[in-house]
Amino acid sequence: MKNYLYASFPSLTCNESLARGVCAQFAIMLDPTVEELSDVRTAVSEAVTNAIIHGYGNADGQVVMELEAEDDMLTVTVRDTGRGIEDIELARRPFYTSKPGEERSGMGFAVMEAFMDSVEVESAPGRGTTVIMRKRFLRDG
Amino acid sequence: MKLKLSLKGNELNAALAGELDEHSAADVRRKLDDALRDPDITRVVFDMRSVTFMDSSGIGVILGRCRRLIERGGSMNVINAQRSVEKVLRISGVYKLCNERSGR
Ligand SMILES: Nc1ncnc2c1ncn2[C@@H]1O[C@H](COP(=O)(O)OP(=O)(O)O)[C@@H](O)[C@H]1O
Ligand SMILES: [Mg+2]
Repeated sequence: MKNYLYASFPSLTCNESLARGVCAQFAIMLDPTVEELSDVRTAVSEAVTNAIIHGYGNADGQVVMELEAEDDMLTVTVRDTGRGIEDIELARRPFYTSKPGEERSGMGFAVMEAFMDSVEVESAPGRGTTVIMRKRFLRDG
Repeated sequence: MKLKLSLKGNELNAALAGELDEHSAADVRRKLDDALRDPDITRVVFDMRSVTFMDSSGIGVILGRCRRLIERGGSMNVINAQRSVEKVLRISGVYKLCNERSGR
């Protein structure tokens, strides 16, 4: 089975739950376990929140979420055209946050990595950030 | 996200319900900090039983309050988390940083 969904929404935090709801509904078609589904929800929430908070810094902007299903593989792409990341390796480090004053935990990327099979980050300062996450839903049946 | 606060002696019980993400975190943080203005509170118990979703924004809220409590010689505990929430708590070391340090 192949399926594809494109969503674009303004950078408002109220759209975090919308994005993870849409993604979960899409992923259900791949017959995930309850645990796999909640992993996906959490990872998507992290990526979308980062696009809103760090990418656009609460300024106006559109966040794009693309979902692809192929066989047992889900690919989630979250994209913003915001400020971008200067040092991706540093940004991905657990507990690293560029906004410590706001009580951020710096665990967003770590959560994405723990909950998905793979996480790719493409970014350029001033241009924006794209996060591509993949997860395979393995069934032994 | 709903937050029910109840005070028993010096212990504040914070029962959260619903989804804790960046969107709901600000409100939760504000309400907790309001309650924590009472200097007699030396212990906070986060009851996560009814939290159906939490991402790392929730970790920020919990660790921030934990820091404040440790500063005043207090302690904190996070209890009853569902599996998906438990996973985020564990990865972020919340149990180590808060529950254990404060001696449970
Ligand atoms: N979409 C993005 N645009 C710009 N910067 C980002 C983006 N996503 C992540 N970052 C950077 O990476 C850092 C780490 O992200 P994360 O692990 O989610 O922690 P946190 O969100 O708590 O800061 C952020 O503090 C930010 O500097
Ligand atoms: Mg984040």
